[in-house]
Amino acid sequence: MRRLLAVTVKEVRQIRRDPFSLLMLIVLPAFMLVLYGFALNFDVRHVRLAVQDRDRTAASRDLMGAFVHSTYFDLVATPEPGADLPALIERRRARAVLVIPEGFGEGLAAGRTEPVQLLVDGADSTTAATVLGYARALVAEANAELVASTLARRGRRPAVPIAFEPRVLFNPELESTQFLVPGLIGFLLMLTAVLSTALSVVREKERGTMEQLRMAPLRTHELILGKTVPYLGLSLLATLIILVAARLLFGVEIRGPYLDLLVVVLLYLFGALGFGLLISTIAHTQALAFQAGLITSMLPAILLSGFIFQIRMMPAWLQGITYLVPARYFLVILRGIILKGEGLATYWTQVLALALYGFIVVALASTRLARREA
Amino acid sequence: MRVLWRVMVKEFLQIRRDRRMIPVIFVAPVVQIAVFGFAVNTDVTDVPTVLVDQDRSAASRDLLRRFVRSGYFELVGVEERASEVDRWLVTGRAQLGLVIGPGFGAALASGRRAALQVIADGSDAASVNIALGYAGALVRGLGADIQLERLRAAGGLARPGQVELEPRVFYNPDLKSRWFYVPAVLAMVLMVMTMLLSAMGVVREKEIGTMEQLIVTPIRPWQLIVGKLAPFGAIGVIQVFLVTAVTVFGFSVPLRGSFPLLLGLTVLFLLNTLGLGLLVSTLVETQQQAMMAAVFTAMVPMIYLSGLIFPIENMPRVIQLVTYAVPLRYYAEIIRGVFLRGSAIDVLWPEALMLLGMGLFLLAVAALRFRKRLD
Repeated sequence: MRRLLAVTVKEVRQIRRDPFSLLMLIVLPAFMLVLYGFALNFDVRHVRLAVQDRDRTAASRDLMGAFVHSTYFDLVATPEPGADLPALIERRRARAVLVIPEGFGEGLAAGRTEPVQLLVDGADSTTAATVLGYARALVAEANAELVASTLARRGRRPAVPIAFEPRVLFNPELESTQFLVPGLIGFLLMLTAVLSTALSVVREKERGTMEQLRMAPLRTHELILGKTVPYLGLSLLATLIILVAARLLFGVEIRGPYLDLLVVVLLYLFGALGFGLLISTIAHTQALAFQAGLITSMLPAILLSGFIFQIRMMPAWLQGITYLVPARYFLVILRGIILKGEGLATYWTQVLALALYGFIVVALASTRLARREA
Repeated sequence: MRVLWRVMVKEFLQIRRDRRMIPVIFVAPVVQIAVFGFAVNTDVTDVPTVLVDQDRSAASRDLLRRFVRSGYFELVGVEERASEVDRWLVTGRAQLGLVIGPGFGAALASGRRAALQVIADGSDAASVNIALGYAGALVRGLGADIQLERLRAAGGLARPGQVELEPRVFYNPDLKSRWFYVPAVLAMVLMVMTMLLSAMGVVREKEIGTMEQLIVTPIRPWQLIVGKLAPFGAIGVIQVFLVTAVTVFGFSVPLRGSFPLLLGLTVLFLLNTLGLGLLVSTLVETQQQAMMAAVFTAMVPMIYLSGLIFPIENMPRVIQLVTYAVPLRYYAEIIRGVFLRGSAIDVLWPEALMLLGMGLFLLAVAALRFRKRLD
């Protein structure tokens, strides 16, 4: 125990002597949270819209008004007939162009179905899909309005036949920061735990100080534990900072029990630290350790965990791979505890998967380390 | 010139001697493209939905049919009581609960307003927002059909006029999200190579102590800078060929503009990333610090504040102003312009000019700082 403590103290001193890295590990989580909070926003508003009104009747102005006053679109141009509309889109002056043809108002009055054209910039497919959705909804509303006014003229009370009442649980305002926080914790813990551990061990190898540690009267597990404990502490601190920052900046509250949260974070860190050690037994240079950590832990924690992109939408073989990503399980539990106010018991399958992952990784890392010892 | 050449050869040898760097240079880009090509999909379909039908009428079955047929919703369970829905949402087995109360069909038949409740799990805000949009549109569509039906039943001779939306989507008619995300990998791969690894390469000489040896040789500072950075730039250019080939042939993303133009404008972008890499190397002492600084104060903010993945229009005004200072913003426009829009230099010249200006500025600042440290 005393020897273990000695290694820990040495590692803590080494971390302290590098205030830059320490600052990064502590400030970074809050910084990332702010960055994500602002950048990661799928709420599409103020789409630059150009309208070419070739009809110029009350009906065409109504339709144009419906688009412009919806807050989804900002009117940026009203090109004359004969203008080069695709050029407006290629030069990114407008993301969408609404074209109302001649005879639009007349046709509507005669009870015909009149086409209007919407040219959309599809280069950003996600935004384009949202813009199309808005346009369809606005047109559907305009159509309902036309039906209602016809009904009214025949002396009938126009009413929407079905009341649509969505009720959103856990995050009623659908704020993106609410669902970002759990994902961000999963990602940042991978960073502090996997990368810091792997790099700190590989650095000793690169500088040759590993040999000195080997020669010291230390058992393998004492060396490992002593080296990882400081990073465990740092990772817990990073988690705390994210949670406090999320509470203060974005009002995200933890609804579930704190103890369960601590247990699941420790369980996740157990696997992450073990994985960092495993990388350190394979990589010889810090550059390589970094690349390995980036590709095997951080990218999957963002892309294959269901954080931003839904696992359900991936091809089957890739969905199979996501079962190997611990962040996948961690995220379900974390969302449950933070947003849904549940405890660990609800998610026992995910907890089991995390525990299994941790044990396998740590077992692999220690056998590899033990072999080098011999 | 011969001195410069020697430094470059030394750097190449050093990169090559690290055998495991080769897979990093050539395999990592392919892995990243594969992951982005397959994992990144912002479409929302088959939303797992649990149904509570307390009405069991023809109208409620019609509604359910519309939901399932749309392809946006997938029925994963049926419950008797609305209170059971929460269980499904808490465990994450369903994202949406559709509750059709008793008297739904009767209300519609008698011309009263029928209520439909949709319960959603808001913990994944982005996808649920889209799913609720679909549900709303489906219900509105059903409502419009019912109203038209009533109008006809009232002996309506005068049909109301209707507007039909004819969308024409440019550049990506099927709205494949892959076409948007896969070309973006080019920028990320280039940043890793020319910003991160170049910074680490310079700092390694400091760490190992070989920088001192280089300083006592008759190499001028500018030769040292160019000699150290050029190999990373050259590998970056090779990666453009690799990534473009995989993007076009592996993922059938069209390259509508000219490849030489893409290559030329990429070189302008590399001025920026190499400049930033050198700048980072003058600010830190160890490779670990270089890695952290490059990734978290440069790469990650650039990716998020450039429109490469998340549209700039959706950000608050103040943040939008910040994006003008991000070189990647201009390169992201260039990538989309050349790949998808088939734009030529007559459209992309403002971006090219910005990249050139910012790149020269960054390189100059970095070189000045680097020289001062050498003296």
